Amino acid sequence: MKKSRAPAITVAVLLVGGCVAPFAISSFHTFQLTQILIYAIALLGLNLLTGYSGQISLGHGAFYGIGAYAAAILLDHAWLPYWATIPVAGAVCFAVGFGFGLPALRLEGPYLALATFALAIATPQILKHDALEKWTGGVQGILLDKPEPPGLLAGPLDADQWLYFLCLVFVVVSYVIGWNLVRGRTGRALIAIRDQPIAAAAMGIDTALYKSTTFGLSAMYTGVAGALGALLTGFVSPDSFTILVSINFLVGVVVGGMASILGNLFGALFIVIVPNIASDISESAPWAIYGALLILIMILMPRGFAGMVRAVAARRG
Amino acid sequence: MSRRTGLMATLALLTIGGTAAAQKSPGVTSTEIKIGQTMPYSGPASAYGVIGKTALAYFKMVNEKGGVAGHKINLISLDDGYAPPKAVEQTRKLVESEGVAFIFNALGTATNSATQRYLNKKGIPQLFVATGADKWSDPKGNRWTMGWQPSYRQEARVYARYIQQSKPDATICVLYQNDDFGKDYIAGLKDVFKDAYKKKVVKEASYEVTDPTLDSQVVNLKAAGCNTLVTAATPKFAAQAIRKVHDIGWKPLHFMTNVSVSVAAVMQPAGLEKGVGIITGAYLKDPTDPAFKNDPAMLEWRAFMKKYMPGAPESDVNNVYGYAVSETLIQVLKQCGSDFSRDNVIKQAASLKGFKPSLALPGLEINTSGSDYRPFSQMQLAKFNGKSFERFGSVISGD
Repeated sequence: MKKSRAPAITVAVLLVGGCVAPFAISSFHTFQLTQILIYAIALLGLNLLTGYSGQISLGHGAFYGIGAYAAAILLDHAWLPYWATIPVAGAVCFAVGFGFGLPALRLEGPYLALATFALAIATPQILKHDALEKWTGGVQGILLDKPEPPGLLAGPLDADQWLYFLCLVFVVVSYVIGWNLVRGRTGRALIAIRDQPIAAAAMGIDTALYKSTTFGLSAMYTGVAGALGALLTGFVSPDSFTILVSINFLVGVVVGGMASILGNLFGALFIVIVPNIASDISESAPWAIYGALLILIMILMPRGFAGMVRAVAARRG
Repeated sequence: MSRRTGLMATLALLTIGGTAAAQKSPGVTSTEIKIGQTMPYSGPASAYGVIGKTALAYFKMVNEKGGVAGHKINLISLDDGYAPPKAVEQTRKLVESEGVAFIFNALGTATNSATQRYLNKKGIPQLFVATGADKWSDPKGNRWTMGWQPSYRQEARVYARYIQQSKPDATICVLYQNDDFGKDYIAGLKDVFKDAYKKKVVKEASYEVTDPTLDSQVVNLKAAGCNTLVTAATPKFAAQAIRKVHDIGWKPLHFMTNVSVSVAAVMQPAGLEKGVGIITGAYLKDPTDPAFKNDPAMLEWRAFMKKYMPGAPESDVNNVYGYAVSETLIQVLKQCGSDFSRDNVIKQAASLKGFKPSLALPGLEINTSGSDYRPFSQMQLAKFNGKSFERFGSVISGD
C-alpha cells in the first residue's frame, strides 16, 4: 500500500500559512487566531482521553481554569517570568489530572463523565472561596500584563504577534509529542484499553497505570492551553471557567474528529468562529443558530472533520 | 477586468480616507462619531439587553434631529453573553476592527473588569459603565473609566442607615450573587454596621450566575429566622427570590437592589402581589409611578417609546435607564464642541455640573470632577405597592 504524502503536505502548508498569517492580518484577527491555537492544544488534550482512550470527560474546563490560575498566580506575585509559568501550569495540571484519574478509573462511561462534571462545576466556586482569596483574588479575579517580545524581536514583532508565535511553538511541540504518543506503544495500548479492556489486561497492559497517566497527560495539555489563554486574555476570573467551557471542548473534539490529531485544529476553529457567525446572523437567538449549525455539521460530517477526510481518502485510494 | 480595477480603486480610496480620519480622532469623521459597547443580549443576564436596544433607538432619534454638531452617532452594540473572555474579544474587535472612538455603557461588573486595563492602557474612554461597582470611581489609577449609576456600595449604605433608624433591632439576612456585584452590598452594609455586622446580619447566602434557581438559598435564610432581607440579585434571580419568599410564607422587610426592580422584567414575572412591600433605592423616575403620569419628561419618553421602540412594555425601568444614560452622553458630546478626541471626551465627562437628566428623580443631579468620578450619588427610597414603586422620605446621600 503506497504511503500517502497528503498528511505531510497538509502539515507543511499549515505551518507555512501559520508563520505568515500574523503579518498579513489585523491585530484583532491575530488575537482570534491565537485563541484558536490555544484551543487546539486544549482539544488535543481532551482527544487523548476521549478519542484514543475512550474515557469521557465533562471536566476539562476545570483543568483549563487550573492551568490559567496557576500561571496567573505565579505571574501576579512575580515569582516566575511569564514563559516559565506555562510548563509549571502543565506540571500542576498533570499532578491534578493524575490524582483525579487514580480513584476515578474504577468508573466507566457515564459514571466517569459525572465525576468529571462534578469537578467542572465545583471549580468556579472553589476559586471564589474566601480561604483561597489571598491567592486567587476571589471574585475580582487577577489582571495580567501582556507579555512583550524579548529585546531582539521587539522591533519586527508586536505583543500580539509575539504571543501568537509563542502559542504556535507550543502547538507544534505538543502535536509532535501527541503524534509520537499515539503512533507508538502507548497509543496502541490506549486503543486496546478503549476497545477491548479485558483483552488488553490479559495481554499484560497495566490498565490502571495507563488510564491514570493518560488522564494526567490530557490534563497537562489542557492546563498548558489554560496558561496560554490567561496570557492572551490578560484576565482570569472564576466565572470565566464555567461548565460551558467543558462542554465547548467536547463539542470541539467531536466536530474535529475523535482519535485524530489534526482534526483538533478544525474543532478549535469551529468553537471560536462559529459562535461569532451565529451572533452576526441573529442578535436575539445566537445560541439557537449555533445549535442549528452544529446539527448541520454533524449531518454533513457524522465522524467529524477528520472522519470526513478519512472517508474521502479511503474512497480515492 | 475593469470591475476589479474599480473595486481596487474604491478600496484604496476608502483605506486612505479611513486612515486620514483615524489620524484626526479615532472613530470620528466629519459626519459621524462611531462608538461601541458590549451588552448581554444572550445568557443569564439577557434581561439587560433592553438597555442596549434603548440606546440604539435613542441615538436614532438624535440622528434624525441632526445629531450633535452635525455628527451622527453610530453605536455598535455587540453581545458578550455576560462572559468576561467574550467581552474582551468583542471589545478588542470594536477597538481594533471597527475603530470606535470610545466604549459607552458596556454592561457588567466582571466584564468591565476584564476590559478595563486594556482600554486604560490604550487611552480609550470606558464611559458610563453599566454597573454600580464601587471601584469604577478611580480617577488616579484608571482615568479613562467612569461609572454612571449610584454605586451598589452606596446603595447598601442607604439601606443600612434606614434599617438603623426605623428598625434598630432587626435581624438581617443577605442573599447575594457570588461576584463583585453581590459582594459590594455586603461591603456597604459593613461600612455602616461596622463591628455590629456579625450580630445584625445573622446569615448570608450566595448563588452563582450559572445556578438554575436559588430556591434552596431562600429556604435556608428563612430557617435562620431573620425579619429583614437584603437581596443583591440580577433580574432573573430577583424574580425567583421574590416569588419564593412569598410562597414559603415569609414576610421580611425586604430590600431589593435597584438594578432588579423593573416592573416588567422582575415584579410581573414574580407576581405583582408577591412583591408588595419591597423597598429599593430609586434615582430614576419609574414609568409606573402615578406621580409622573403627566410629567413632561415622562410624556416625552412615552412618545419616544411609541415611535422608536414599538411593542416594548412601558413598565420596564431598564428602558428609562437606557434613555437617561444616552441623554447624559449627548450632554457630554455637546460640551465637547467640535473636538471629539478621546482626551476631550473623558475631560468633558469629568466636567458635568448640576446636570439633571430629564428622567432623574426631582432633586437629584449629576456632578463630576477630575477627582470625583461618581455622577450619581443620591437616591430616594421607594416601596412597591402592587402596581408601582411609591417614593417616601427625602433624598439621601450614599456617601
